[in-house]
Amino acid sequence: MSTLEARAAGATAPAVPPRRRARPRGRYTGWLFVGPFVVVLVAMLIVPIGYALWLSLFRDQLIGGNQFVWFANYVQLFQDAKFWSGLGRVAVFLVVQVPIMLGLALVAALALDSARLWGTSFFRIAVFLPYAVPGVVAALIWGFIYGNQFGLTGTANHALGIDLLQPFSPDWVLTSIGNVVTWEFLGYNMLIFYAALRTVPGELYEAAELDGAGPMRTVFSIKLPALRGPMVIATIFSIIGSFQLFNEPNLLKTLAPNVIGSAFTPNMYAYSLSFSGQQFNYSATVAIVMGVITAVIAYVVQVRGTREENR
Amino acid sequence: MSTLQHPATGASGPATVTEATTTLRDPQARSSRASRRAERKAERHVDGRKPKRSGLLTAVMIVFVVYSFAPLFYLLVNSTKTQASLLSTFGLWFGGKFNLWQNIVDTLTYNDGIFVQWLGNTLLYVVVGAGGATLLATIAGYGMAKFQFPGRRAVFAVVLGAIAVPGTALAVPTFLLFSQFGLTNTPWAIILPSLISPFGMYLIWTYAVDAIPAELLEAARMDGAGEFRIFFTIALRLLAPGVVTVLLFAVVATWNNYFLPLIMLSDPKWYPLTVGLNQWNAQATGSGAEPIYNLVVTGSLLTIIPIVVAFLFLQRFWQSGLAAGSVKA
Repeated sequence: MSTLEARAAGATAPAVPPRRRARPRGRYTGWLFVGPFVVVLVAMLIVPIGYALWLSLFRDQLIGGNQFVWFANYVQLFQDAKFWSGLGRVAVFLVVQVPIMLGLALVAALALDSARLWGTSFFRIAVFLPYAVPGVVAALIWGFIYGNQFGLTGTANHALGIDLLQPFSPDWVLTSIGNVVTWEFLGYNMLIFYAALRTVPGELYEAAELDGAGPMRTVFSIKLPALRGPMVIATIFSIIGSFQLFNEPNLLKTLAPNVIGSAFTPNMYAYSLSFSGQQFNYSATVAIVMGVITAVIAYVVQVRGTREENR
Repeated sequence: MSTLQHPATGASGPATVTEATTTLRDPQARSSRASRRAERKAERHVDGRKPKRSGLLTAVMIVFVVYSFAPLFYLLVNSTKTQASLLSTFGLWFGGKFNLWQNIVDTLTYNDGIFVQWLGNTLLYVVVGAGGATLLATIAGYGMAKFQFPGRRAVFAVVLGAIAVPGTALAVPTFLLFSQFGLTNTPWAIILPSLISPFGMYLIWTYAVDAIPAELLEAARMDGAGEFRIFFTIALRLLAPGVVTVLLFAVVATWNNYFLPLIMLSDPKWYPLTVGLNQWNAQATGSGAEPIYNLVVTGSLLTIIPIVVAFLFLQRFWQSGLAAGSVKA
């Protein structure tokens, strides 16, 4: 969270400042504290990535067993329609769901920060609460609500006399998933924006007031610019979240097996390759390609966001 | 957004403050800015004039609250119903016999009390995984903030990189690696990846820069206290609000973890609640279907209560921790 405001403030600092604040006895004393963390980090992060890279260069073949195939898995992946359709789906999801969620979170944060509400602290915690609900439980609850057995859509359709709401139809299923994700993370993003708004210096508002700026003008000229940094970060999280989409579709799959296939998202594809198909090498390739795509897009958003800020 | 709650990066989706590489900076560089900002923030509250309350804005927020609460209310209402009245009564209101207590008993005793076993597993993963992650992050964050040592820059770079790695990209490779060592289908498969929290470490680091005065450490050293004694008796106490924040988010990430245990575990006796509940839910379809929706609903309710209670009770801590983090940044 601190990063967000670092961005908001446009903090520019050298990576490591020359000054020394504390003088420990030995030059290596710091390693006693940092060492255990670094060991676990290397073992649980760097080693698995290296192993995945290694695996992605091999292939289990009927004849010859496990063979080094250079980049054949990557070539195969780039021609794999299943992979691309999953990627396209999460891209659509990203373009539609993320702006809606962040827009709503922004409205809520601005309302909280306006100091014109009754019960600000109640609203703050109430809207944040869904974040504490496990994604699995969120998907289960919404799945029940969507269902026409004992859900609400069945009731609503019955009341209307037509089958208006079809959460699990091919046209609507992505919206249904988007709603679950929005519900889970709206309050979290709201809180991030709200925390950033609280750090806006008071004299800015006073100056604006002296200049005769109304509340809307203050929002557009002071608050929104202050939120640009957190907005970039929240967008990046959301991009990563969207590309990694797994829990919600995987759980709703039980309820809509004909609509949500095993390659619905790239992550579900990687999962089914590993655990239904035993194609570990190919699965590792999917994981790496998705990691690279995500990192590249997140980086582009970051650079663009920063550039606009500096203008 | 999460999808995968890979503990490696501390969480599902947003909590994995990922890919903020160029935005994360060495916290030491910012401490003076932080204190200035804190002062300004204080001024803002002194200015005295209260804006007029707005009915419209309050109404907008009420809509948000209704949206946030409706599914939870649905869960609460339906956990009081029997399997039969679940299917026959209106979803958003109580109906049929009030069956909550019986549902709870059934949930806890179904299948020889497997739910209790799952709860115990979840607690194990949370205590050892999230607790261990917080401990490692705290010790390392303190080390980064208060010591100069060869390789410090390299550690900084690795941590930034780690924050940027999407969790899911790691889950399958970690599984493949663990299966080489025979670690899959054991509690270690969940605990070990949960132990790293690069963002938690970064947060503590940021926090420690200002929270622990260098003079205090100097004085303790003059008095001949050892480094670890200084850490445990002096530093840890000063770091407490930051530690609670990191711990709480690590607990949420571990408690809600689904993708990793789903991959790693095949034996239901090691499942955490999330994976177990989904297994119960899936039991309603397919061959030999035996729907136990009332237990799934009640089990879901029981799963979220502890975490919601933790958030409510520790509100003051994590909100001040968040605020402190943001001011310090």
